[in-house]
Amino acid sequence: MKLITATVKPHKLDDVKTALKEVGIAGMTVTEVQGFGRQSGHTEVYRGAEYTVDFVPKVRVEVLTDDEEADAVVDAIVSSARTDKIGDGKIWVTDVLRVVRIRTGELDGDAL
Amino acid sequence: MDTGDTAWMLIATALVLFMTPGLAFFYGGMVRSKNVLGMLMQNFFAMGLIAVLWAVVGFTLVFGDWGNAGVIGNLDFIGFKDVGQALTGDAYVTGLALTIPPVLFAAYQMTFAVITPALISGATADRMKFSAYALFIGLWLLLVYAPVAHWVFGGGWIFDIGALDFAGGAVVHMNAGAAALAVILVLGRRRGWPHEPMPPGNLPLTLLGTGILWFGWFGFNAGSALTAGGVASQALMNTFLAASAAMLGWLVVERFQSGHATTLGGASGAVAGLVAITPCAGFVGGLAPIAIGFVAGAVCMLAVGLKIRFGYDDSLDVVGVHLVGGFVGTILLGLFADSAVNELGFDGLFFGGGADLLVDQLVAAAATIAYSFTVSFLIAKVLDVVIGIRVSEDDENAGLDVTQHAENAYVF
Repeated sequence: MKLITATVKPHKLDDVKTALKEVGIAGMTVTEVQGFGRQSGHTEVYRGAEYTVDFVPKVRVEVLTDDEEADAVVDAIVSSARTDKIGDGKIWVTDVLRVVRIRTGELDGDAL
Repeated sequence: MDTGDTAWMLIATALVLFMTPGLAFFYGGMVRSKNVLGMLMQNFFAMGLIAVLWAVVGFTLVFGDWGNAGVIGNLDFIGFKDVGQALTGDAYVTGLALTIPPVLFAAYQMTFAVITPALISGATADRMKFSAYALFIGLWLLLVYAPVAHWVFGGGWIFDIGALDFAGGAVVHMNAGAAALAVILVLGRRRGWPHEPMPPGNLPLTLLGTGILWFGWFGFNAGSALTAGGVASQALMNTFLAASAAMLGWLVVERFQSGHATTLGGASGAVAGLVAITPCAGFVGGLAPIAIGFVAGAVCMLAVGLKIRFGYDDSLDVVGVHLVGGFVGTILLGLFADSAVNELGFDGLFFGGGADLLVDQLVAAAATIAYSFTVSFLIAKVLDVVIGIRVSEDDENAGLDVTQHAENAYVF
């Protein structure tokens, strides 16, 4: 099993969700996050005082999949979140040891 | 007694009272979210404490022995004694030619007493103990507001020399602005200021507060005519135009200085214009309010940068907007005053009156600033020695909301 985590531009979230549904994922978790990478922050001005804001708003998407689906999920996120401009975000894939569905107690593949 | 005047002043009183919650939101939106309740509370609390103090002793200190050309009133009206429905022969009733019940006049003036100390809370934001704030504004009402209001509104020495202050450019704005500067010198900077960013937590709240202030200010300035007639109408128009022109003045400077016209700049400019027109509202006409407002907006935009240069943490720019804006209005009145607008006024430099009024305005401004700064500094210093006026480092980091009031503004 894999945990696929992606940070994407907030306005691409809907496209990512649609693409993932087409791939057939059973669920996803979304969080509003801030961070920086190669994309620099921006400047805000309040009554003439300038602040550099380093952290850029992003959306973190987390999807649990079985091993066979993982590549298709990654491809779907890449194609749906890409704008070809700096700051499109990243995707990383990690191995998952165990998954439990809380309501039924089902484990691993059955719980996905 | 005039029922028309009475009806208008009943409304004007409610309008001015509404400015204090408006100020609360104007300031509340500018602080970080961990301090927003603390800021709202400091403003709302003034409607509690100051109103009660006003009834007991504030009113009589300002309006007792009206016209004595002195420094403070007497205790003739302590506890609102003889301040009732019927017009009396008391000096303030005849001196101000009141046509409304004295109890309504006292209520109207009470709303001014409430908002003036509340203005100071913007400078001390994010770091003052609530207990110290409560004691400070109570003492400040009696030791600073009451005498200064007596000098101007109570027929005291500033009134006597012929300086003009229609609705409180000196009494309210320079007075609160000078006090704000004094208190923050005792209080010190917010931890992390100026290198740590402290952006406003909720600017829409600030814009809402600005709208309420602008709305309420019609009662503040047009109500200061104390009658429903031509002077009140002119004051209302002047108030409107000055706020509008000051918004433009601020935004023009801001656009050229930092590249953007900001919502906070528009709101701040409007308030700066309202401040500057306050002393002038019933004494100028024509396009003077546009000139006064535009200058005030531009000057205040430049003035808010001074705190960085001089290193004093006037958190929400009470000095830059109220002290400077009040000063600009008070001085420009010496140029633009036109006795054709108001028979109780005089002519300024541009209207054939020579420099006499301008000199009187400077004297009134200097005296108000010097007295308010000195006594406010002493009150803050004494309170700091006796009880400490600043919250602990941990409390400041955690925010005023949870440490001073055991509440949280935004609960998920």
